[in-house]
Amino acid sequence: MPKEIYAKAESFYVDFERKTGPDKISTHYCPGCGHGNLHKMIAETLDEFGVRDKTIFVWPVGCSVFGYYYFHTGNVQVAHGRAPAVATGIKRAHPDSIVLVYQGDGDLAGIGGNEILQAANRGENITVFFVNNAIYGMTGGQMAPTTLPGMKTTTTPLGRTRENEGLPIRVVELLSALEAPTYLERVSLTDAKQMNRARRAVRKAIQAQVEGKGFTLVEALAPCPTGWKIAPTDSRDWIHEQMEPLFPLGAKKDVLEHVESIPGEPRPFVADGMGEKLDILASSVTQARKGTLKEEDYANPRIKVAGFGGQGILLLGVAFSECGMQAGYEVSWLPSYGPEMRGGTANCHVRISDPKIGSPMVEESDVLIAMNRPSLEKFEPDVRPGGLLLLDSSLIDIEPQRDDVTILKIPATKIADDIGTTKCANMVMMGAYIERTGILDLESVIEALPSYIKRKKTIPMNQQAIAKGAEYVREHF
Amino acid sequence: MAKQLLKGNDAVVKGAILAGCRAYYGYPITPASEIAEAAALYFPRVGGTFLQAESEIGAINMVYGASSAGIRSMTASSSPGISLKMEGVSYLVGAELPCVIVDIVRGGPGLGNIAPEQGDYFQIVKGGGHGNYRVPVLAPNSVQEMCDLTMLGFEIADRYRTPVFIMADGFTGQMMEPCEFPEPREDVPDKPWAVGPDASRIDNLVSSIYLDPDDLEGHVEKLRKKAEEIETNETRFEEYRLDDAEHVVIGYGIVSRILKSAVDMAREQGIKVGLLRPISLFPFPKAPIRKLAERVRDFLVVELSTGQMVEDVRLTLEGARPVRFYGRTGGNVPKDSELFEQIRKLQEEKIHA
Amino acid sequence: MTEVRKPRAKPRGTVEIRVDECKGCGYCIVECPQKVLVLAKGFNRMGYHPSEYLGDGCTGCGICFYACPEPGAILVRKLEPVS
Repeated sequence: MPKEIYAKAESFYVDFERKTGPDKISTHYCPGCGHGNLHKMIAETLDEFGVRDKTIFVWPVGCSVFGYYYFHTGNVQVAHGRAPAVATGIKRAHPDSIVLVYQGDGDLAGIGGNEILQAANRGENITVFFVNNAIYGMTGGQMAPTTLPGMKTTTTPLGRTRENEGLPIRVVELLSALEAPTYLERVSLTDAKQMNRARRAVRKAIQAQVEGKGFTLVEALAPCPTGWKIAPTDSRDWIHEQMEPLFPLGAKKDVLEHVESIPGEPRPFVADGMGEKLDILASSVTQARKGTLKEEDYANPRIKVAGFGGQGILLLGVAFSECGMQAGYEVSWLPSYGPEMRGGTANCHVRISDPKIGSPMVEESDVLIAMNRPSLEKFEPDVRPGGLLLLDSSLIDIEPQRDDVTILKIPATKIADDIGTTKCANMVMMGAYIERTGILDLESVIEALPSYIKRKKTIPMNQQAIAKGAEYVREHF
Repeated sequence: MAKQLLKGNDAVVKGAILAGCRAYYGYPITPASEIAEAAALYFPRVGGTFLQAESEIGAINMVYGASSAGIRSMTASSSPGISLKMEGVSYLVGAELPCVIVDIVRGGPGLGNIAPEQGDYFQIVKGGGHGNYRVPVLAPNSVQEMCDLTMLGFEIADRYRTPVFIMADGFTGQMMEPCEFPEPREDVPDKPWAVGPDASRIDNLVSSIYLDPDDLEGHVEKLRKKAEEIETNETRFEEYRLDDAEHVVIGYGIVSRILKSAVDMAREQGIKVGLLRPISLFPFPKAPIRKLAERVRDFLVVELSTGQMVEDVRLTLEGARPVRFYGRTGGNVPKDSELFEQIRKLQEEKIHA
Repeated sequence: MTEVRKPRAKPRGTVEIRVDECKGCGYCIVECPQKVLVLAKGFNRMGYHPSEYLGDGCTGCGICFYACPEPGAILVRKLEPVS
């Protein structure tokens, strides 16, 4: 890649005005630090592809936290280790942007281990630059996940050991076990030859994103002369001699040639057709109507429905609420939830009311619909004196204890079975209750059934069940 | 739009989309999972993003990214998950990024249980993350409000560039009630500060770093002033039968619904009691409480906790009136008769006094 | 200080060191194939001995540019071929 002129890339700011202190022309990095070299390679690539204007950098916690001093691009500074997650949110909001993630070894391989793994596994269309200098530079030279065995740091004063800290993590090898990443290469920011390779890798990784070719990552072995406490020129030898044997250079995965190019398209904001898209269009089905109350006492019922799981208990409650709402009542439905679920019974609390509803909980009930024996035993004491108790006499073989409530024994499961399925016993009860109280108009409730029971095949049987339940009450009580 | 019977958790999602939210990042947890499930269904239908993140930490940071990019975004979870999100919340506040976070509070501490509680009041209202900050917290008590306050949350979030919490409980999330949906927002506010894919945005920086102590103090002061402005403009509460009240009960969320029933029962017995229900927990409705203190005998605070909001009531009253507290925990929700009994005790104390 | 040597190749390029951006790490000096860069005896504003071009012998290869970690400390130009 010979050029006519090698000069500061245009993707850098001319002056680093965001930098604190009087010096606005050089970086904040220590002499000989590898970050600057990598910055230059990235910047020249952004220049080359002409994508600076749509580039968004995500900066980590670590020495490169201030990368936004230098790059004249969109910049987002994020929490330690979370850059790949943040980049995911940005890239999906703006798929047509170029999202570059820049992370150090502690950030990426330590605290952010899961974020990078998962972003790589999803194949996010982002480019990650991973600077591995085997140490925590910014915080003053503590051990990194990539610190070498035996290496002394401020938190491994006697050297890193396999027994205590384990061995260094090889990130590109680890990620190459995943299916989604398309290009993973390790480079070394050392001599001229390796710098050239690094430039090619950086270019390739960014080009992959420009072309929409998925997740790419370049790991750069980078000198940290300050952290290593050696001269810059010695640090490059140290990388060759100490790091490269443990972190072998080269592409660990490269399937870019075989990957389909899907460049990101902008995602315009669309707000039309919401009713349909959110399933909140007015229903075309007949709506349930109010009936004529047979007794004043039946007004504003607090209903408890209880039985086995699988008897359609919750659905019966929803059906009451849905019809009540359609008819113009205030309604609420509260399923058994939390500690109430103990004991294997399902129950729900339903309120149908003219006035606004306070508590959706039904403590003392005006109506108990008990579909099995445990439910009867559990909730019978809560029925208000003078209230209604409907029980499924096909399943409940005991007598209720109360003599101050109206008891309607409905062989609901038997009636349902005669119709063709015991599963519609709940609707038999619905018919029975409506017939008894007149709170809803029976015919309209039957016609409105498709609005509250979605399985089309069961509609006729359920409609029949409501009618049969009502008929049973008419004939027997 | 039609009136629809649906769960509070579903209403949150539909409300969010109508408010122009186009990104949902979350992680499943009972009893908030229905929000993620509904989001998974509806967000893609409107050209939005739904992603089940690797963790709560991943989710809140994806929201950070989406918000940085200028789109309306949200996440939802339940208490233990909210604990995990708190790092992200602090960063969102620091970087002044708007978003909506829903907490369907469950029992704690630790794994606790999945039943309704209000033990997250301190965590959400008082901070939770590091640093000096306050975030608006809205506490719905009905399915309609799960929709409405979520929508309002997005407006407040953008108006002040802040995360907004919706603090609800398992009951409000799980129960079904009718909800009337408003018309959708046709567009969302432009955010000139956001990062984006064109040259007009390349000088934008989203960050929470202020290295210089004076700079950071200036930033913190800006956030404090913002919180003050929010206190002035966004305090919300509901009053119920307070006109001639001698006793005031205070409760929020599902508790306020039960308190309403209990107040009605007490009124039938001739006890002059009314309800004050904070809708915004931050800002806390201090003014109406102080005003009531001028003419009522005492206050009763009811919470699904060992007493968290009650501290704000006491701070507000500064000892001006007695404050009684009644709390249930562990997922136990008091019955209306139980709360009526507590109100009756207030009345008895008055007679004995 | 690196010993001053005579250039081994005809000048085909030129290198400009921006003294106040240089931190004196020495990478450019080590990497320069022509060995035409040295550390200056004097200090720059930051107190480093900056790199210095001997004024002759640069081929314009750009290796020093990439060896240098600073974005703008080194500027390398190719010159018209000398006839």
